[in-house]
Amino acid sequence: MQWLASIGRNTIDTVGSFGRAFLMLMGAIIAKPQFVKNTPLTIKQIYVVGVQSLLIIVVSGLFIGMVMALQGYTILVDYGAEGSLGPMVALSLLRELGPVVTALLFAGRAGSALTAEIGLMKATEQLSSLEMMAVDPLRRVVAPRLWAGIISMPMLALIFSAVGILGGHLVGVDWLGVDVGSYWSIMQSSVDWSEDVVNGIIKTIVFAFVITWIAIFKGYDAVPTSEGISKATTETVVFSSLAVLGLDFILTALMFGIE
Amino acid sequence: MSSRKAEIMVGLFVVLTLAAGLLLALKVVNQGMSSGTDTYTLYAKFDNIGGLKARSAVKVGGVTVGRVDSISLDPDGYTPVVELKIYQEYNKFPETSSVSILTSGLLGEQYVGFQPGFSIDGIADLAEGDYISDTKSALVLEDLIGQFLFSKND
Repeated sequence: MQWLASIGRNTIDTVGSFGRAFLMLMGAIIAKPQFVKNTPLTIKQIYVVGVQSLLIIVVSGLFIGMVMALQGYTILVDYGAEGSLGPMVALSLLRELGPVVTALLFAGRAGSALTAEIGLMKATEQLSSLEMMAVDPLRRVVAPRLWAGIISMPMLALIFSAVGILGGHLVGVDWLGVDVGSYWSIMQSSVDWSEDVVNGIIKTIVFAFVITWIAIFKGYDAVPTSEGISKATTETVVFSSLAVLGLDFILTALMFGIE
Repeated sequence: MSSRKAEIMVGLFVVLTLAAGLLLALKVVNQGMSSGTDTYTLYAKFDNIGGLKARSAVKVGGVTVGRVDSISLDPDGYTPVVELKIYQEYNKFPETSSVSILTSGLLGEQYVGFQPGFSIDGIADLAEGDYISDTKSALVLEDLIGQFLFSKND
């Protein structure tokens, strides 16, 4: 009986948290737009969430592009196909690594910070005090962070891919001596705007939404103790990473899978 | 942190993103069939198109003059029909031109090689919707090996 009850309790908890997450999302995004009041708040959050993640994104993009060029070169040179280095680096960055690695870094760098911040606001009863002042915390605290995450992450992923391609150029062309003309021209002939770039951007928008949603909900729903906040922060990183990887498979299958 | 500084940094972030997008749009992506270029349509029937795909290039002496728009099967005769979109600036090809399906490099992609024919008086230029009659099919490796083995047995 004990284990049956625990299965039931866990199921009810899980379904309940999905419901609370959905209600929080609806409360945050469905409302009369107040651009004058909310734009400055959102810009400040874009600074915190996006601009401050820029360094880690640029550095890892550069190194991932460089490593891919190095790895790809050692394999392709056996077939005399090192001219295909450009499309290899560009396609893997635009389709997969740009969206996914950016999403994982974003979950670790910005998602955890969002959870901890909102969780601490809850623990120190700042959210309740906002409500006492008749300010809706969903609109004042949650919505700007949600929009900031959804806006910033696709921008970060775009920068990541561009820097990665330049990093691949640095290693492939400047160091290993792949012809500069074939690096760019074969890349141009095999990368398609709507097929590759737009699909990659769609992926990042989905990832951004999921990560920010999970991060904010975990903070908003955290048990207001120091232990609860630490648990919520861990769960944010774990859950959003798993969600990103799972969704990536589904999206890839839909976009590039069966014709 | 003043909100002014945040605004400046976010502005910088946006500019950086636009620069990245511009790099992708101009240097990484193929300009290909941007809707702005005027094209006209030619058709060619092949026995076998091999690995030709839609969006493959049409080349004259290595210069891209158009792209494959679509590939379909002719219901009478069951031969593949390839629809070629040729850029309007190259509209003086004579009717005696021929097309063949070629491969760039050993393992490269396949493209349509366009061989302009001779033009003398009385031979018109190819126009919108014309069929190119002189075509050479793609080389299929298995057929080649088969022919080779067959001729060895003689």
